[in-house]
This record gives sequence, C-alpha cells and structure tokens, in this order.
Amino acid sequence: MTHLRIRTPEGVEFALPLAGPVIRAAAYLIDVAIAMAATFVLSILLSVVSLASRDLASGLIQVGFFVVPILQGVLLEWFWNGQTLGKRALKIRVVDAEGLRLRPHQVVLRNLLRAIDFLPAFYLVGGAATLLTRSGQRLGDVAARTVVVRIPSPVSPNLDPILGHRFNSLRSHPHLAARLRQSINAQEAGVALAALARRDQLDPADRVRLFAEIASGFRERVPFPSDIDEALADEAFVRNVVELLYRPSGTLADAPQDGMSRLGGR
Amino acid sequence: MILDLQRFLAQERPHWEALDAMLHHLANGGTLGLEDARRLHRLHERAVADLAKLATFAAEPESRRTLEALVARSYAEIHSVEAGAQPRWNPWRWFTQSFPKAFRRHASAFVVALASSVLGVGFGAAVTMADPDSRHITMPFGHADMRPSERVRRDEAAGDSAAVHDMHASFSGMLMTHNTQVSILATSLGMTWGLGTLVILFYNGVGLGAIGVDYIVDGQGPFLAGWILPHGSVELPAILIAGQAGLVLAHAMLGRGSRLPFGRRIRAVAPDVATLLGGVALLLVHAGVVEAFLSQYHEPVIPYAFKIAFGILQGTGLAAFLLLSGRTGTESPDQP
Repeated sequence: MTHLRIRTPEGVEFALPLAGPVIRAAAYLIDVAIAMAATFVLSILLSVVSLASRDLASGLIQVGFFVVPILQGVLLEWFWNGQTLGKRALKIRVVDAEGLRLRPHQVVLRNLLRAIDFLPAFYLVGGAATLLTRSGQRLGDVAARTVVVRIPSPVSPNLDPILGHRFNSLRSHPHLAARLRQSINAQEAGVALAALARRDQLDPADRVRLFAEIASGFRERVPFPSDIDEALADEAFVRNVVELLYRPSGTLADAPQDGMSRLGGR
Repeated sequence: MILDLQRFLAQERPHWEALDAMLHHLANGGTLGLEDARRLHRLHERAVADLAKLATFAAEPESRRTLEALVARSYAEIHSVEAGAQPRWNPWRWFTQSFPKAFRRHASAFVVALASSVLGVGFGAAVTMADPDSRHITMPFGHADMRPSERVRRDEAAGDSAAVHDMHASFSGMLMTHNTQVSILATSLGMTWGLGTLVILFYNGVGLGAIGVDYIVDGQGPFLAGWILPHGSVELPAILIAGQAGLVLAHAMLGRGSRLPFGRRIRAVAPDVATLLGGVALLLVHAGVVEAFLSQYHEPVIPYAFKIAFGILQGTGLAAFLLLSGRTGTESPDQP
C-alpha cells in the first residue's frame, strides 16, 4: 500500500502518501547525528560541573546520553506536530493511523518502543516490520497506532520553461477540453509533463516516436475537429493537452495570437 | 456532469484559504468561540464536498492534492475533539491519580508478571541449590566470581571510603539508565504477544533467586536484605510494572474476550501503557538514587536493621500508593 486512505463520515476518501523505509531511515540518521551533537555539547557544558564534582558530571553525562535521544524524539514530535528535525528536513510526518490528531501517549509509545524495533541490531525488526505491514509501520507505530506520511509539496512545477505562453487552439472547444481533463488521470498527465520537460535531452528520432505515442493516446481518448488536430504536430498537441491539464484557468486567453504561436506549434 | 473547473476553483479557493487560516490558528495553540467552531465545521464540510467534486477531475492533480492535505488537517481537528472540556495536563495529578488507577485497571497483568518473576526466582534458587556450579550461568553482574562472605567482608571493610563516596552520582546514573532500558525492553517485548516480556521477567527472577539462595546458604541473609531492600523495594516492583505494561499490550494484541478490531484494542490500552511506563521511569529514578546513596553503605556505616526497616517501610508505602492513591479523585485522561 502506498497511501493511507481515510474515508470521512461524509463518504469522501482522501489519501496521504506513506513514507518509505529508505526516507525514514535517512530521517532517523539525521536525528541520530543531531542527538550525538547535542550530547557532545551537553558533555562540554557539564565539564564545568566537573570542576565542582567529577562524579556528578559523570552521572549527568550518563543520564544525558540515554535521555537526550528519547526526549528529542518525544518533544519534537509532540510540539512540531509529528516532526523531528530529520523528518522536517525530508518532508515526512508522523500522523495518527486513522487521520486523527496525534496524542501525547502515541508519541511516547512510538519513541520508547524503538527498543524492540532496533533488535537484534541496526533496526532489523523495525525494518522488516515496515516492509511486512500494510501501512509500512514499525512495531512502535503498530503499538501507538501511527503511520509516517510524506508531506505533499504545495509547490506546483514551474511550467513556464516547459509550456511557454503560446496560444492553445484546443481551448477553442471548451466542451472537448473539459472532457479531455476528465478522461486523463494524474499519472498520464505526469508522464506527458515529464516527456516535455526532458524533450531536449532525447535523441531526435526517439523524441518524435515518444510524442507520437503519447499524442495518439490522447487523440484516441477525445477526438478534436480535424482542422485543429491536423494543424498540430504530435509534440505541440501533447504540449497543448498538458497546458490544458496543468493550467486549467487558461492564462493564455489574452495572449497575442500570431503565426505558429496561434496554432501552438514550435 | 462536467464541472467548470475554472469557475469552481475561483469560487471555492477563498473558503479553503479561510479553513487553512483557522487550522493554522488552532495549530498555534489558539482557541475558537462557539460561532467560529460552527464556521470551522461548515468550512470542513464544504472542503470535503469540494474534494468529492474534484475527484472527478483526476487530471487536476495539484488542486486535488492541496485539498486532500487540507481535508486531512481539518478532519483530524474536528474528529479528534473529545466530549467535555479536557483539563490541562497536571503532572502531580497524573502521578498520584492516573498512574495508580492505570495500575489497578490492569492488576491481573501485574499478577501474571509477578508470577513469571516468582517462577524465575524459584527456578534460580532450585538450580543453584542443586548444582552450585550453575552460578556462572545464573548469576549476573559478576556475583559468581566471589563467595558472598568474601564480598561482605570486602564491602564492610570499605566502609565510607573515598572509593564508595566518590561514585554516588555516576553509579546512580548508570543504574537509572540500565534499569530503564531493561524496563522499556520488557514493555516493548509485549509486541511479541507477551512471550518476550514473560521471558525477560523470568530471566530477571532467575538471577535474583540464584543470588538470594547463595547469600542465605552462606549465612549472609541480613547483609543481603540490607543491601537489596532499600532500593529493591521500589526497583523490583517498577520492573514488574514495566512487564505489566508489556502484558497489557500483549493482551490487546491477542484480543481474547474482545470483539473490537485490532486497531481499536490497541488504541484502547495505549494511554495506560504509556502511563505505566512513565510511572516506572519515575520509580526507577528514585530507586537509582537510593541504591547509590544508601544501599551501597553497609555496617558499620549504616546498621542493617535500619536499611531493612527503610526498605520494608518504602515497599509498604509503594504498595499503599498503588492500591489506594486516586481512589477518591477523578481520573485524568492525560498521559506522561
């Protein structure tokens, strides 16, 4: 399962993308590095205490080495709404498995139960559990009823270098444009956008073949009148479709319309 | 139905932004009045309805993803609200009420943890009596390397020497961290359907039984009681409570006698498991201090009778606290 799916009482489903074991391990390593740095700083600060009592400083350092990593996880996840520094850096977050607000006992449990996830060494139990459980949970997450999700970036791709600001002839048939938007799913739209973004890196023959294939799929889905369809090369057709999908508000309505630009060709 | 997406986004975006602003306000610790709470609910329902409409526009991924993230936040905010006003978490109330109440709610798990340890004590004692050479396997912390009478002679001769006096804090810190690690492991192993928890409690008992019988047979019973009771009267129950928490987790995993699904069963006991572990941590801090600052002093520095009386009084006080504290108060729903 790649998403945590939650159905609201209104019957509407929403999905949060689950974080994979690799990104979680990377976030954990960042946290470990920060905890080590924090305990190192703590031991330097406590060296002042050792001037008064070496025994007391030694005791505090022992407790500090044990407590700092645990407190770091618990306090940061609680006050930063499911995030530690590592999770924040890699844009992942701990959430309740049923989409509810994270509670303190959940944060405490998932952090303390690392003890079993770490067994026998190097997170083997926890790593195996993330691969075997449906929501990618380690045992601490199972006990705390939490999952780790990716935070979708709210930033849209920068479309200007890819699409430019040309007239889009497909917009002259709004009912067909609307049908096209409904018939193409997000994955197909993503493939077309990626192809446009990398078009200059492709071998010319491969480029022609790739866009012919993508365009034919779109054309079969929603046929446009032949005067528009035939005036557009495959790549231009794909670009216009992608522009329709990713710029639904139609920023080109007032764009100058002349020559090739008017037809959306290169 | 074909949706005019441009008009739809232009019309709905202000409502999503208003919902986002309210959620930000709440996330930053803000509160809402009754009218604002109603507005939050209305905005959430509107966003949910918008998401349902937008789902038909699968090729409009950005708006849908943004709206899904927004609905996830508002869903969590609205559906996590519990009935009645929740009091602020109060550490004192948590320790004196929530902790002992959680202990009593799961008293049967404590009895099972105790039984497992007692079995271990009996096994350790029996094996050591039957085969003294087994001490090298059953006794932890190097106890097998020295006869009890030799150790008593050495420790009593040390008295209040600098070697003992200058390591209180470091020894105390070591004990706290070690015992807390063992306790966390005992609880965590509840996730092995309780088998790991029972094994660790049994193993802990074996060492205790083996050492106990070794000292008693060697005629060092008073030393042993004076050494163990001051800190053990808190430390041993604390480890048993950690085992109790593990067994509570295990019981929820097994689901015996419950018709609730797995997730609900775990969710129901998780606050108590966290509360028990929090209580254990505090008890172990206390036990660590007592062990370093009192248990390590022997006669002639501190009479054994005093140490034994201290341990008995402390153990009785802990039992009374766990059995009686919070009986008249109201349960706190908060956790450590």
